[in-house]
Amino acid sequence: MAPDEKKAPYTVQIGPVHPALKEPVMFTFEMEGEQVKAVDFAPGQTHRGIEWMGMRRNPVQIVHLTDRICGICGVVHTLSFSLAVEQIAEIQVPERADYIRSILHEFERIQSHLLWAGVAAHELGFDSLLHLTWRVREQAMDVIENLTGNRVNYGIVQVGGVRRDIAPEQHPAIEQCLSAYEGLLEKLLNLFLDDRTIAMRCRDCGILTRKDAIELCTVGPTARASGVNVDLRQDYPYAAYGDLDVRAILPEQHMGETHGDVFDRIVVRLLEVGQSCQIIRQCLSEMPAGPITAEEKLAKLLLICKKAQGEAIGRVEAPRGECLHYVRMDGKESPTAWKVKASSYSNLMSWIPMLIGEQIADIPIIVASIDPCLSCTDRVAVVREGQRSILTKEYLHRLSVEKTRRLQR
Amino acid sequence: MRLNSSFNRSLWVYHFNSGSCNGCEIEIVAAITPRYDPERFGIKLVGTPRHADVMLVTGPVVHKMKDRLLRVYAQMPDPKLVMCIGTCGISGGVFFDSYNLEGPVDEVLPVDVYVPGCPPRPEAIIHGVVTALAKLERLQGERA
Repeated sequence: MAPDEKKAPYTVQIGPVHPALKEPVMFTFEMEGEQVKAVDFAPGQTHRGIEWMGMRRNPVQIVHLTDRICGICGVVHTLSFSLAVEQIAEIQVPERADYIRSILHEFERIQSHLLWAGVAAHELGFDSLLHLTWRVREQAMDVIENLTGNRVNYGIVQVGGVRRDIAPEQHPAIEQCLSAYEGLLEKLLNLFLDDRTIAMRCRDCGILTRKDAIELCTVGPTARASGVNVDLRQDYPYAAYGDLDVRAILPEQHMGETHGDVFDRIVVRLLEVGQSCQIIRQCLSEMPAGPITAEEKLAKLLLICKKAQGEAIGRVEAPRGECLHYVRMDGKESPTAWKVKASSYSNLMSWIPMLIGEQIADIPIIVASIDPCLSCTDRVAVVREGQRSILTKEYLHRLSVEKTRRLQR
Repeated sequence: MRLNSSFNRSLWVYHFNSGSCNGCEIEIVAAITPRYDPERFGIKLVGTPRHADVMLVTGPVVHKMKDRLLRVYAQMPDPKLVMCIGTCGISGGVFFDSYNLEGPVDEVLPVDVYVPGCPPRPEAIIHGVVTALAKLERLQGERA
């Protein structure tokens, strides 16, 4: 080995195989000692060619494909595709369907944020909190199952409306779940925000400045945690959000200041759980009676879609930020163009400014902090003194836990 | 299920995502959290294939992940089992006509237990692991 190859920076590769959660992505870190000097990443390990398949199917079939773009954001992708097709085909969605869509959309946000909070706690080595948040998340899953018939990949939103109505008998179950969450939120905020360990690990860690957040076009909680006031539900209301009072949640409302760090991202997501509860409550009380779909017969609906010509964009505020579907229909059975821009796509680039200058032990929590819809950290190949060794995700996790212990002393 | 002495340790499970939509991932994690809590029976999700008895494969095996799947499988100690979780790994599911699939999973690896569903419920996943445990026990008994 040539002597200059032994010198820093060392190259560290993480991924693409990740043992516990989420999707594969591959990172390459340039390290100097413990510090990250440069970062690169290669997504695209889960490419399934969904858009290509969509251009060979009709809109009624595509909504089942959009459900499976991401298992966590089933409503988001389906809703945003439906919004685009409805604009092209000039389908008027009944008001009740809009409200049901909003209710499901918010339940999805609750379960997604709780899921994320659990993952974040796990990355910090706080496994009891992971189990606590995932236990309370099951309540939202029960209500989702009650309303849609499935825990994940609901298949409830369709072009022109929704597939199932919310019956009056289902209201008590929803109400019970909401009040449980409102009671719990105080406890969760207390556990996450008043905990000394979490504050030490997350405060001023993985900072994304407001300027970077805007320049890198980040969206959703990642942008809001950096003080950027963006929320499609307030800026470009869709479904029932025009009638509702939704204000973007910014960390300074709760903490009095904005750091743009991992801690602020926790604050924003937890507060959004409470906000979603309020929105659902408001939707339930204001929901008008009426039909739930513009066209009940699928054959007729297909005929309407087949005649449609034009292009449109459907935009939805997903739990991770803005999700966008571009659809072009040329009077054929299937769309001639379909482009999906998922929210994580906008947020991934923010990893680079966040990770530079941080330590190896902080990589898991920073990577998880944008709630990526694809992730990493399984095997790390460290080139140190010319010797190549493989680090497992457990080793990384142990490093993270050790850092937590060190800070507590 | 009757436990005999041939399989005398806890069952450790490793999860491999071969290009899934995350639906099965969430349900696998939901299955190990307090409501279902299979850790009571020694069923545990581990972070490396070298410690695992069973590999849970989710997703339809996209082109880039095929080689990685084979390499991870090769790292597992014998006797080992593969569980295919979710419809897309069994038949391709909604992704059946995609150009980027190397799957279904059983065209890449020998699969022992299939858990259908899109995604399967946590109960179904746990039932699948218990079925795998019975088979693993038999394999272990044959080796002894």
